[in-house]
Amino acid sequence: MNLAQTLRSLHANKVGAAIEELHRSENDLAAALLSVSDRHKADHEIFYVARDIARWSQEHVSRLATVGRDYDLDLDPEPEDEATLLARMKQKSAEIVGRRHEPALLLLADLRHIQRTAAGVSVDWEVLAQTAQAMKDRELLTTAQDCHPRTLRQMRWANSKIKETAAQTMVTG
Amino acid sequence: MRRTDRIAEPWGSRTPYGPGEPWPVRVDSYLADGVTADDVQHWAQSASILHSNGDALDIAVVDGRIVGVRGRAIDRTNHGRLGPKDLYGWQANNSPDRLTRPLIRRDGELVETDWDTAMDAVASRTRELLCELGPSSIGFYTTGQLFLEEYYTLGLIAHAGIGTNHVDGNTRLCTATAATALKQSFASDGQPGSYTDIDHADVVCLYGHNMAETQTVLWTRILDRLAGPNPPRIVCVDPRRTPVADHATVHLAPRPGTNVMLMNALLHELLDHDWIDHEYVDAHAVGLAELRKMLQGHTVEHAAEVCDIPADDLREAARLIGTSQQLVSTVLQGFYQSHQATAASVQVNNIHILRGMLGRPGCGILQMNGQPTAQNTRECGADGDLPAFRNWSNDAHIEELARVWNVDPMDIPHYTAPTHAMQIMRYVEDGSIRLLYVTATNPAVSMPELARMREILSQDRLFLVVQDIFLSETAQLADVVLPAATWGEKTGTFTNVDRTVHLSEKAVDPPGDARADLDILIDYARRLDLRDKDGAPLVKWSTPEEAFEGWKDCSRGRPCDYTGITYDKLRGGSGIQWPCNDEHPDGAERIYVDGEFWAQPGYCESYGCDLVTGSPVEPTEYRALNPAGKAIIKAAEYLPLHEPPSEKFPYQLITGRTLYHFHTRTKTARAPQLQGAAPEVWVEASTGDATREGWSEGDILQVTTPRGEVTARLRIGGIRDGVLFLPFHYGYWDVSSGHEPDGHGRAANELTFTDWDPASKQPIFKTAAAAAVRVAESGGVPAPAPTTTASRPVTSAVPPTRGDPSAMALEDAATAGGAR
Repeated sequence: MNLAQTLRSLHANKVGAAIEELHRSENDLAAALLSVSDRHKADHEIFYVARDIARWSQEHVSRLATVGRDYDLDLDPEPEDEATLLARMKQKSAEIVGRRHEPALLLLADLRHIQRTAAGVSVDWEVLAQTAQAMKDRELLTTAQDCHPRTLRQMRWANSKIKETAAQTMVTG
Repeated sequence: MRRTDRIAEPWGSRTPYGPGEPWPVRVDSYLADGVTADDVQHWAQSASILHSNGDALDIAVVDGRIVGVRGRAIDRTNHGRLGPKDLYGWQANNSPDRLTRPLIRRDGELVETDWDTAMDAVASRTRELLCELGPSSIGFYTTGQLFLEEYYTLGLIAHAGIGTNHVDGNTRLCTATAATALKQSFASDGQPGSYTDIDHADVVCLYGHNMAETQTVLWTRILDRLAGPNPPRIVCVDPRRTPVADHATVHLAPRPGTNVMLMNALLHELLDHDWIDHEYVDAHAVGLAELRKMLQGHTVEHAAEVCDIPADDLREAARLIGTSQQLVSTVLQGFYQSHQATAASVQVNNIHILRGMLGRPGCGILQMNGQPTAQNTRECGADGDLPAFRNWSNDAHIEELARVWNVDPMDIPHYTAPTHAMQIMRYVEDGSIRLLYVTATNPAVSMPELARMREILSQDRLFLVVQDIFLSETAQLADVVLPAATWGEKTGTFTNVDRTVHLSEKAVDPPGDARADLDILIDYARRLDLRDKDGAPLVKWSTPEEAFEGWKDCSRGRPCDYTGITYDKLRGGSGIQWPCNDEHPDGAERIYVDGEFWAQPGYCESYGCDLVTGSPVEPTEYRALNPAGKAIIKAAEYLPLHEPPSEKFPYQLITGRTLYHFHTRTKTARAPQLQGAAPEVWVEASTGDATREGWSEGDILQVTTPRGEVTARLRIGGIRDGVLFLPFHYGYWDVSSGHEPDGHGRAANELTFTDWDPASKQPIFKTAAAAAVRVAESGGVPAPAPTTTASRPVTSAVPPTRGDPSAMALEDAATAGGAR
């Protein structure tokens, strides 16, 4: 048994849990992006870009399912379909709509939610990347290195849209 | 001296020349019927304003009236040549339906009024909104057809006087991607190429650029090279069989929306064959490793499938590019108005960086402009940029600008990039912008998804000001219409795509009470009593030349440095290329010589952005990426289309221009020869699709998308299968319904969808999913489309496009004295 396999057998439970958690949170992020997209169809850039970058999270879900097999996980490689995701988001959306009457304020709130969700996913990838290095698990490390930059781009997108719209919403809207 | 029908022969006669030789002079002229050169009392120096090439010309005047034009032999841009729009378009100035009095809306109707009433209405509504909702309730939407002095004044009034961030031009629809692509690769706007590169090139690549129709005189330069010894080879990327494609060694006709895939495959080939100037890249660029990683798997075979083009053609194109010694690339709307606009255009820059093909004769990139003065909209801060290529996310640049304008830096909004046109319209839609001041553009026809646009512009809560020369579709919706002077009726400067600055002198008085745009803008500033921080008037000039001097101060030390140019220096000779300063007293033919860029973090105009999301790169991040200010090789991933064809909408619709018209035909439809050549909208489809559908030439088709419908006669032409083409020039001002369809749509933008490239914010006009059905047979009448251009029919049964006797123009290839 080589060192990598030894480490894996010793720590499989914790690492598996981290992968499982990230698999769930990437599904959440995809859902949040698709939900923002649908709710702000009149803001065309939000509508299209959110869908484009939701696809990244969906790809990450599938890659996590692949690396998860090494840790005896049976994760669904297919991202949750849009209907399931949106159903899950309904409650959250209703909550936000209920509190925010102004649509522009709603957009700000939604983008804030995206940024926070993406920030959480980003931290999870950090943890997984560090773990992968300690475990000498090359496949897991490559996955983290491929996926994590996209999470940062998703987060930055939300942040830049907030910067772009905040002044108009708060002062003039 | 030769008499030529320039409707039938848009590019005129050949004057062949070889590589490295000067382009021979050929002076083109056209005078009104019965007028000879001897009758002309005065020639006023100018340049063309009906396309982006910047052809220098003189305006002929008899008894205070424009009677014709003549090309300027001495000018570096055109060596005397003129295109059809230059030759015939001036007649619109004399049109009897010019706006001559201000109009104001009273009880729902636009009625004539005086300047004082009109300007007071605009100024008082502005003041009210400033008090009630603040500066961000006011937006400015300008053009690519005013003069430098006017844009600079507008930028000053809007940014520093009113303090709104909502300033953009219709350049957003035509040239925004050019600027953004240059900012990604070189961290600054500014064309790396020069028209003279065509004199040297051995390979010329035209990416989504039907130069033969959009810049006819530049294409003439290429035709003359092609007719001479050792001609360059041409690579054409275009889904239509354009005149460029006819002359191409390789014509790639990709599926619309797949440009990034195509470019990545070309780059993959270059890397694979190591057609790379490693010394240049090592010394002058960053980002090669990221590109290599991105291109993994982007083989020609894969791209051939996605783009639906033969793999061997892709290989051959890559070989021509990879083995060229002097490479010129030009890019236009086929990339700029398509899916992933910036990402695709940046890959063209990457080719030049990888091959070290910059800053030397014959090695240039022309990220083209679509409009005559679009470069100035970009330079002067009237288009979503700050003046003189200053960086909105660099506080030192804002402080510098505030010093030039003598205002507090806080008075210049810079908390985010200036708002782009599509977002300005969104803010009008959501009611947060309540006054929109439109100058010299026609969004009611030129913006995507016209039903939505008409709703936005017709809102009661919106105060719409339109400053124009005709009662356009947009002007018909306005609350106040301000009649403007145009080219030939006012003085100013403008700059073409290869950085050549031209002076355009006033030749005649404007009609009626019409006034120069600069005078109107200054009047507006005075009525608002805009002041600098010491209480002096904010706008410190009242003539164009004073405004130009003000602009020179603002441009000092920046890439677009105009400090060495004066009106006097521009008089009599050729146009001058910026930068023109102490270092380059006669201007600079080439920039980026020896791999020196304007990309240093403290100096550059832009830190770039994410090509998928559009998020700006943070200053600290840029400093880490590119501390030494090198060129940036930026890789891009291919994204699937946002509106793919479906069972219900099986075609891909692209829109575009024809040679004989400009924009919404406000001028060109009023020049009889131009209007006669392309009198009515048509739709193009391929032979394959027509055969399958059972359509014939001239059949009347109804083209639909989820947004609307357009009814037009069918031209069966050389477009790729599955794609429909509609020219975008045709609106409603010259039909009975005025500003909107009456029953059937005529404007291509009834069909387009509201979506834009997140990086450049340029709307996508080229990939809507559409359906088409025949509603009537042709009755033997062919489509009213020109036969001389990309709309050429496959059948020879269509009568060729010809001018009437009034279209005969002169060509004089024997004129002594040459351009420099």
